[in-house]
Amino acid sequence: MKLSGAEIVVETLIEQKIKTIFGYPGGTVIDIYDQLYKKSDRINHVLAAHEQGAAHAADGYARASGEIGVVLATSGPGATNLVTGIANAYLDSVPMLAITGNVPNSLIGRDSFQEIDITGITLPITKHNFFVHSVEDLADTIREAIRIAKSGRPGPVLIDIPKDVQGAKCEYTPAEPVELTALPKAKAEDVKAAASMIAEAGRPFIYFGGGAVRAGAGELIAKLADKIDAPIGCTMMGLSEVPVANPRFLGMQGMHGHYASSKAMAKADLIIGVGVRFSDRATGNRVKFSAGARKIHIDVDSAELGKNVDVNLGAICDINDFLTKLIDAVDKKELPNWEAKVEKLREQEASQNVPGFLPKEAIEAVSSVAAPDTVIATDVGQHQMWVAQHYGFMGKKTWVSSGGLGTMGFGMGAAIGASYGSGKRTVLFTGDGSFGMNLNELATAVSYNVPLTIVVLNNGVLGMVRQWQTLFYNKTYSNTTLNRKTDFVKLAESFGAKGYHADDIESFKKVFAEAYAQEGPALIDLTIDKDLKVLPMLRPGGTFDKLIIGEEEE
Amino acid sequence: MSKHNYVIAAFVENKSGVLMRVTSMFNRRGFNIDTLTVGETESSEYSRITLTFSGDQDDLQQLVSQLKKLYNVKKVEVISAELGIRRELLLIKVKNSSSNRGDLRDAVDVFKAKIVDYSAEAMCLEVTGDSTKIDNFIDNMKPFGIIEMCRTGIVALERGSESILSK
Repeated sequence: MKLSGAEIVVETLIEQKIKTIFGYPGGTVIDIYDQLYKKSDRINHVLAAHEQGAAHAADGYARASGEIGVVLATSGPGATNLVTGIANAYLDSVPMLAITGNVPNSLIGRDSFQEIDITGITLPITKHNFFVHSVEDLADTIREAIRIAKSGRPGPVLIDIPKDVQGAKCEYTPAEPVELTALPKAKAEDVKAAASMIAEAGRPFIYFGGGAVRAGAGELIAKLADKIDAPIGCTMMGLSEVPVANPRFLGMQGMHGHYASSKAMAKADLIIGVGVRFSDRATGNRVKFSAGARKIHIDVDSAELGKNVDVNLGAICDINDFLTKLIDAVDKKELPNWEAKVEKLREQEASQNVPGFLPKEAIEAVSSVAAPDTVIATDVGQHQMWVAQHYGFMGKKTWVSSGGLGTMGFGMGAAIGASYGSGKRTVLFTGDGSFGMNLNELATAVSYNVPLTIVVLNNGVLGMVRQWQTLFYNKTYSNTTLNRKTDFVKLAESFGAKGYHADDIESFKKVFAEAYAQEGPALIDLTIDKDLKVLPMLRPGGTFDKLIIGEEEE
Repeated sequence: MSKHNYVIAAFVENKSGVLMRVTSMFNRRGFNIDTLTVGETESSEYSRITLTFSGDQDDLQQLVSQLKKLYNVKKVEVISAELGIRRELLLIKVKNSSSNRGDLRDAVDVFKAKIVDYSAEAMCLEVTGDSTKIDNFIDNMKPFGIIEMCRTGIVALERGSESILSK
């Protein structure tokens, strides 16, 4: 059957079981949009307000569903607007397929209208990218791109398709969904070495990240922790993989991690890192990081071994396979002294609790009302860290947040994508700064009646930068006081969403119940104080023996 | 950890843009590459990149791992110091005059170089060998006056009957 390139694009996506894509039309993708229109009963397209929002939506969709997220944009500005979204997916290893149109082959290289070298631009922020020269290569390129994006350590792949390729015809034969590259199995000698390191350890600590989420390794991690009597912590990317109710789970560690989690990691004599990259936000000073502890690193990407931190044992393999074998190989341990130490840290953490801290109260209120499988999305900044610290995550893949890139403006698009990905209501926590960056996507949420509750923690400042200015820049608040006159309630209403305001915990609880019960999008503007801080805090480049707690350093 | 000079061979797809993908990765990961050569291989579908860089064992592991992650890179091998045959080619143009002609010819003989172009004012010489020999030859040419020169960077194969792909 001879089909046009544009038709092949859409048919191949359908054949690969892609149900929903996000995008924005333009001159060089009209052919593809024409086909999307004709095949709209078999594939759903969500029109965003801006290509960046569409890219974040594909990202949020992928995180919430565990499937690949797909975004479509035109050439030139359409393509460059995807760049932040692609980079975000790259830094957090999210499987994404970005499809861009380009000018016809005959106009390539002539600085034609809306021509841009998007494969060149996205080279360092994609796992791989393709420029499709001829229609004969198109279907297989799309299949291969999906395989690359989803296999091993996932990531974004971009395909740039010139307009003439979309118009040209060739034979199309449907294929099965691609098979992912098999992950290497755990090596017996690595499992044995890990088991003997665990046997020798007196203070083991398990620390997992996004790789564990991708592998769905939460139960195995919990099982290992039970068997070797170890506390568990995670990176920001690891959140929601192990339920907070697990008694061994100390929460997120790192720069703004839970006191007990960061301290237990610092005091451990064996750190078992599962699907982590020992990023600077998780380790502080990477050279001095847990210098006394032995380290086991289990990951699927060999380039992570020794990249940031020297480890004693690196196992590059399927995380689940390794953990399953390790659980069998280790002897049951009981470490009452270590347990007591960790319990003491928990008590110390509890004693630092500041009563009446509104962000925490509001987040806990949402936590107690929202269903356990509700996806929680965030933007970037103080609100993000507060949610990471205080939300009671109970279900897997319920945490959608920009980790590696730290993209303000990620939230709106990502939350919309997450609603499609999970098929359920999503709650977005954002700040007035982040929300101001991509609030245009409120239009998308309203157009599609997306089940979305937005909580804006509104302090009138860029809180995280202000916190650094307070602590390290002598309170010189350069350009972080927004003082905008935006009325978020009216703004929500003008977009066609419900808007609510709250300024204390009682009024917040009341309006949240109402907002959460809405069918479509609703926004709550919650006023908070501009000088609230995210604590504890690890000084940048510092070590975990000295954390900033309250107004002082330990 | 101490720094070493490493020679790495990468078998890559012979397609446009592949070299850029490789060098762009070096740039963004902060690897300092000393020499890099690309050329055809026994198979027309593949090119072979030979590169040298100095770093410690951790740098080497990181560079090799990052190279292997690139989609168009099919095989990466570190060429061992013991088994590696390393060669460079130098083309060098030096001033020719009646007073130094004899000394130049002596140097050409000692280094087994070749005179590939000759005029009353200049000689173009070709020499191959390992990098130390090339460095020495250049040092020897300096007194005569180097007009211009160009060296290829290292290409390397391992001794024995195996190929990079069969290893």
